[in-house]
Amino acid sequence: MAAANGGAGSVLPGVTAIALATAFLIVLLRVENQTAIISLLAFGLAAVAVANWFGWLAPVTRSFAERENALDAFAVVAALVVAAVFHEDHFVLLLVCTVLLYIVATLGLNIQFGYAGVLNFAGASFFGIGAYTAAVLNEHTAIPHLLVLLIGGVMAALIGSLLLLPVLRTRGHYAAVVTIAFALLFKTFLEVNDVLGGPQGLQVRSMKILGWSFNDNFQIGGVKLSFYISYFLVSLIILVLAFVLVRRIERSWVGLNLDALRLDETAACCFGLDIVRWKVTAFLLGNFLIGIAGTLFGMVGGFVQPNNYTFADSLILVSILLLGGIGNPWGVVVATVIVVIVPEKLQAIQEYRFLLYAALVMAVLLFRSEGLLPRPVRRYFPGWRP
Amino acid sequence: MTLEPTRRGASSSVLNVQGLTRRFGGVVALDHLDLELAQGEILGLIGPNGSGKTTFFNVLTGLYTADSGSIRFGGTEITQASPQAIYHAGISRTFQRSRLSLPLSIFDNIMIGNHKRLNQKLWFNLVRRDAFRAEFAASFSQAQALVEVFDPPLAGRMFEPIAGLPMIDRRRIEICRALISEPKLLLLDEPSAGMTHEETAKLMDDILVVRQRLTGLTIIIVEHEMGVIERITDRCIVLNFGRKISEGIFAEIAADRQVQEAYLGLQ
Ligand SMILES: Nc1ncnc2c1ncn2[C@@H]1O[C@H](COP(=O)(O)OP(=O)(O)OP(=O)(O)O)[C@@H](O)[C@H]1O
Ligand SMILES: [Mg+2]
Repeated sequence: MAAANGGAGSVLPGVTAIALATAFLIVLLRVENQTAIISLLAFGLAAVAVANWFGWLAPVTRSFAERENALDAFAVVAALVVAAVFHEDHFVLLLVCTVLLYIVATLGLNIQFGYAGVLNFAGASFFGIGAYTAAVLNEHTAIPHLLVLLIGGVMAALIGSLLLLPVLRTRGHYAAVVTIAFALLFKTFLEVNDVLGGPQGLQVRSMKILGWSFNDNFQIGGVKLSFYISYFLVSLIILVLAFVLVRRIERSWVGLNLDALRLDETAACCFGLDIVRWKVTAFLLGNFLIGIAGTLFGMVGGFVQPNNYTFADSLILVSILLLGGIGNPWGVVVATVIVVIVPEKLQAIQEYRFLLYAALVMAVLLFRSEGLLPRPVRRYFPGWRP
Repeated sequence: MTLEPTRRGASSSVLNVQGLTRRFGGVVALDHLDLELAQGEILGLIGPNGSGKTTFFNVLTGLYTADSGSIRFGGTEITQASPQAIYHAGISRTFQRSRLSLPLSIFDNIMIGNHKRLNQKLWFNLVRRDAFRAEFAASFSQAQALVEVFDPPLAGRMFEPIAGLPMIDRRRIEICRALISEPKLLLLDEPSAGMTHEETAKLMDDILVVRQRLTGLTIIIVEHEMGVIERITDRCIVLNFGRKISEGIFAEIAADRQVQEAYLGLQ
């Protein structure tokens, strides 16, 4: 991989962009005063518009394209800085964990919809399946919790395979309707199911790894740390793994196959592509990621209830994908930060947040249909020259 | 669906079609078509609009099922085979209305045609990245060399999206996509549609160049421009209302009164 970065591209624009965005985010998370928040958001929007006007975003894009590995690493550092700044703040850390895990879930959706073109309007249900798996297994079994994460992912994939037949057999909008029906059924099923706690839901025991309980605050070198720091670290690791997975999928024949079948199933058939195999692969892999994210999210939150996994929440996941730029993992990151954090900080719009999402998505579809960060053409190994 | 070898030993003929029929409601798009193709031959398939040429390709490649009749390819029965199995058996095609994936790069589109020669295992693709890289680099050289034949300037733009290319380049890339897997039989459905005379002539020369390299490549070409048909085909078949009305070298079918009538619309 080292040779891949032989290009002359500079990391500087990318580093600057990440640093500024992180600084902005930290200030936004710190500020409580509503007027200040509104001004800050307006300032942020204006700053991006100005940067765009002066053409400062182009070098940033180039920098990300050419010095990818360095900037990926720097982005992880930026996330660590945010956590360090708020090391004692339960509320902010919970919010950050939520962002990280929503990114993982949306990355899963991205494999399904972004690459294979399989619509899934039950993303929140599969997220919920993970969370319920955590609740049940942590309560009744002694399965190590890292393994529970995997099982949660597998459960989401398994239960999701109930949908495979209809999704494969019905095309386009019908497949979408099937997943919507599943999302509605799922919530109703949970509400009437007493074993799973009915409408009240279940407690989820907190995570424990090698005897280390994630429910305790702790100290390092005399600095008090919120217990959420542990969850943050695990979430970040899972996000990095998911990101690498999605990127490798995209930059391989697998990604090419998924694109080919999304764009023209008939032509793909004529060149030997097994449509069923690849749709199933994409759907299961996507659900696996969504399930893992949900499992950890259940443990982070400490309880699960049907109301957290509604059709509306599924729509949020889809809108993140549309907003960020279908098929672009970085787009997913940016869009999730916006969609999760802004309504949380702006209490005035909390009630109207679905309205906000709808307006955002419509604006994006109208004015920038490829999303905030459009997906670039596939480079299997960036910087590779024949 | 797997292909079952038949009892009949290897004949010199690559393709053997008997009584092939396909109806759409009341329309008989293919009417008891018989066709025999020898290895290395270039067959011109001509006929007025709606005479069943594209339908023949669609049935042959498994997109449409035949109502009756049989298709044998290299001694193997493929009448009921899936498009995938037929591609794996060695038949590749282009489409009358270009069917490239516009947002994808030139390289990606050509690799779609290379499916059977690429390692499709998940583990290989996602985990063994060094091995994948080697396969990628080798495939890139092959694709680039092929594009070099048809359109040298394009060979330096392999990672540009198709959407930015003019129709002529798209047609060439579509032929590259069909050729990259080194098929035994190539089906070209009006490859020069929308091209000028000079461009068409150049395209045909390029196709002949590639045929020199791929020994034994057999081609069926649908084409409206008779100059092209005359120059590159060994033999022609003329369809009208799904029925074969004439067969022979170009001079013969051109002299055939039935053919002239069909083209003039006389009945
Ligand atoms: N999918 C389909 N459904 C219904 N009718 C069809 C279908 N495909 C072809 N046909 C009919 O079959 C007949 C043959 O069509 P086909 O496309 O094979 O003609 P063609 O020889 O390729 O004509 P052209 O030169 O215009 O491309 C036409 O009458 C057409 O309307
Ligand atoms: Mg046709």
